[in-house]
Amino acid sequence: MKRQMTGAEMVVQALIDQGVEHIFGYPGGAVLPIYDEIIQQDKVEHILVRHEQGAGHAAEGYARSTGKPGVALVTSGPGATNMVTPLADALMDSIPIVCFSGQVPTHLIGNDAFQEADTVGITRPATKHNWLVRDVNDLARTIHEAFYVATHGRPGPVLVDIPKDVQFATGTYVGPDEVKPRGYRPPRGGGDHGAIRAAVEAMARAKKPIFYTGGGVINSGTRASELLRQLVRMTGYPITSTLTGLGAYPASDPQWLGMLGMHGTYESNNAMHDCDVMVCIGARFDDRITGRTDAFSPGSIKIHVDIDPSSINKNIHVDIPIIGDCAEVLEEMIAIWKAIKAKPDKTALKAWWDEIDHWRARKSLAYRKNADVIMPQYAIERLFALTRDKDVYITTEVGQHQMWAAQFFHFDEPNRWMTSGGLGTMGYGLPAAVGVQVAHRDSLVVDIAGDASVLMTMQEMSTAVQHELPIKIFILNNQYMGMVRQWQQLLHGNRLSHSYSHSLPDFVKLADAYGCVGIRAEKPGELDDAIEEMISVKKPVLFDCRVAALANCFPMIPSGKAHNDMLLGEEVSDETIGSAIGKEGKVLV
Amino acid sequence: MAKTTTRKAAPARKGGSKPAARTGKKVAEKAILPPASAYFIEERHDRSERHTLAVLVDNEPGVLARVIGLFSGRGYNIDSLTVSETEEAKHLSRITIVTSGTPMVLAQIKNQLARLVPVHSVTDLTSNGRAIERELALVKVAGRGEKRVEALRLAEAYKAGVVDATTDHFVFQITGGTAKVEEFISIMTPLGLVEVCRTGVAALNRGPEGM
Repeated sequence: MKRQMTGAEMVVQALIDQGVEHIFGYPGGAVLPIYDEIIQQDKVEHILVRHEQGAGHAAEGYARSTGKPGVALVTSGPGATNMVTPLADALMDSIPIVCFSGQVPTHLIGNDAFQEADTVGITRPATKHNWLVRDVNDLARTIHEAFYVATHGRPGPVLVDIPKDVQFATGTYVGPDEVKPRGYRPPRGGGDHGAIRAAVEAMARAKKPIFYTGGGVINSGTRASELLRQLVRMTGYPITSTLTGLGAYPASDPQWLGMLGMHGTYESNNAMHDCDVMVCIGARFDDRITGRTDAFSPGSIKIHVDIDPSSINKNIHVDIPIIGDCAEVLEEMIAIWKAIKAKPDKTALKAWWDEIDHWRARKSLAYRKNADVIMPQYAIERLFALTRDKDVYITTEVGQHQMWAAQFFHFDEPNRWMTSGGLGTMGYGLPAAVGVQVAHRDSLVVDIAGDASVLMTMQEMSTAVQHELPIKIFILNNQYMGMVRQWQQLLHGNRLSHSYSHSLPDFVKLADAYGCVGIRAEKPGELDDAIEEMISVKKPVLFDCRVAALANCFPMIPSGKAHNDMLLGEEVSDETIGSAIGKEGKVLV
Repeated sequence: MAKTTTRKAAPARKGGSKPAARTGKKVAEKAILPPASAYFIEERHDRSERHTLAVLVDNEPGVLARVIGLFSGRGYNIDSLTVSETEEAKHLSRITIVTSGTPMVLAQIKNQLARLVPVHSVTDLTSNGRAIERELALVKVAGRGEKRVEALRLAEAYKAGVVDATTDHFVFQITGGTAKVEEFISIMTPLGLVEVCRTGVAALNRGPEGM
């Protein structure tokens, strides 16, 4: 259906045709025509944020919790540059985001015009792809292509830069069905049959197998998680996951070993190190996972399922690469497993599980409870216990609280856990919670935050209040940038250079100032009641949970160490922490 | 007394026979210096190879910036780069890149290029057999007397043409493989070389098939 309309009308029409119900944005001079269209319709709801970064992270939270692309709208110049962090964040974690930015009129581009920035230039390495639309007749096609690129293959953020004169100009609109994506042909389907068969045969012969899964399983959709559960249960093999993959396999299941990597469990990291067949599905052998690459799982056959060929052999050489969508590959794996009537070596598997149970018995997540001070781990344990029967979504900021949340809050479903994994963006969690709550109005959305991170995007509380989004900001307040402090203790002789959170605001009063609810808990004894109160309040909450100031996040693989070379919490003294990382390890991050 | 937990490197696959265990441990020991992990670019001693890639892209604004940005952002080398529109009707440009790296890096370069949205195809002309590679150089040589005569004589030997001349200078045009062009330039250096401009490599597969 071809129609004549203005560029600004096309933007809104294309959003409607793409099934977009919510967008996050902030107006400005170069997007006024689009805003003028937005207010004259009611199919797309606009959520006004307080800073463009908030719009980006909200769109990420929205996308992660729904599986649909998140959409943001910002103005030219500073509006666009403020979006760079969320775009880079979404690129790292493969989150589909479509961002629209206004641009100065085409005849002014390159003139250093007011609020001009080279937006496509600046965002080029922070997006999967971006476009500057110079002709209104290209606009509709470009927007539909943008949605296609964002959501197909390995998902990612895209940006469409629209000069103001193009928004005013009239041209021909085309619908999504009339647009054929031109160049972009991502890998499709289930991958190479021979490779999948070889993989399943290797799995069937394994004596010490392990599944290592990541965010790709969640990105692939809920079917991938279902198939993963089916395959893992059929095999009886242990499974671990990366930070971003939590929830794809239920944490309450006995085959679950907990998260792996730098702050992963002792059992998962040791199992990764000692395994003979590693089945990596939708993960990318990130440096937080592998530790020392030359000592990474030295004796295993590695199978790697990924939709992005560039992930194969990037960090770790794999033996059986399979390029394809997780869900389809998993489905074929299950079919082959059944067809060849695979019978894993029961004795070997029993011995393997015995070994794993031996590692589990170390209880690597144990911490010393305290009757006077709230331990941060305890706070998350209680939050988990008191929200178990609820329809709950968790976002986090970045730092110690994020790792504790990953360790102590357990997920049984995908799309329930939103955290900035690859880029590690402090300030992600609060706006992400806004985005999640927009998508799930009646659910409980909790941002597990730190006192330092939360201040980076605190202004979005105002967004939550305006749009009646009852997000709960559960701040583990230890008055430090805890992870920075921990690393200074590890690497720099405990000289705490600028990691103390000086002049923190009174979060309860701050909540009051924003027009939401402030709650404080200072003693373990009052924690449960305070959490119950937080859950029952129907407004946004800032929860100031005062926790032990100097707690460290364990277990930990120090930089430059291997998987079987972990620091465990119970047995670590300050002296050990200070000398755990060698001179060479200190240059690492 | 607290201590860090170090388990012995575990036996490798196939039931953990002793030699396998020793191999596993050796890997760990050898690796103590230098450390290799997060963000540490490992000193790999794999041989660096020089490959010529032909990349077919949509001829749209910014496409070259994407390709170059990929190389600089990920720390890959560009030895030579040649770009021009080759299929006008389809708006396709052909980028010929000469790059060098270990086989693992070269595989990464190809995969990373292939996932750029405007990239249609990436062909490694080097690994598909010996490709035809040519470049053109304009070489300005100034001087009089014996050196001038010698320069002209050598130019003839290299089949370089004279495209501009005065009694004080020549501009030679030479085409050929990179080695030949470089040889010619180095020969001209003592004969009064003033400046050089090179096009970079244009390359095609041998044989009747396209890429």
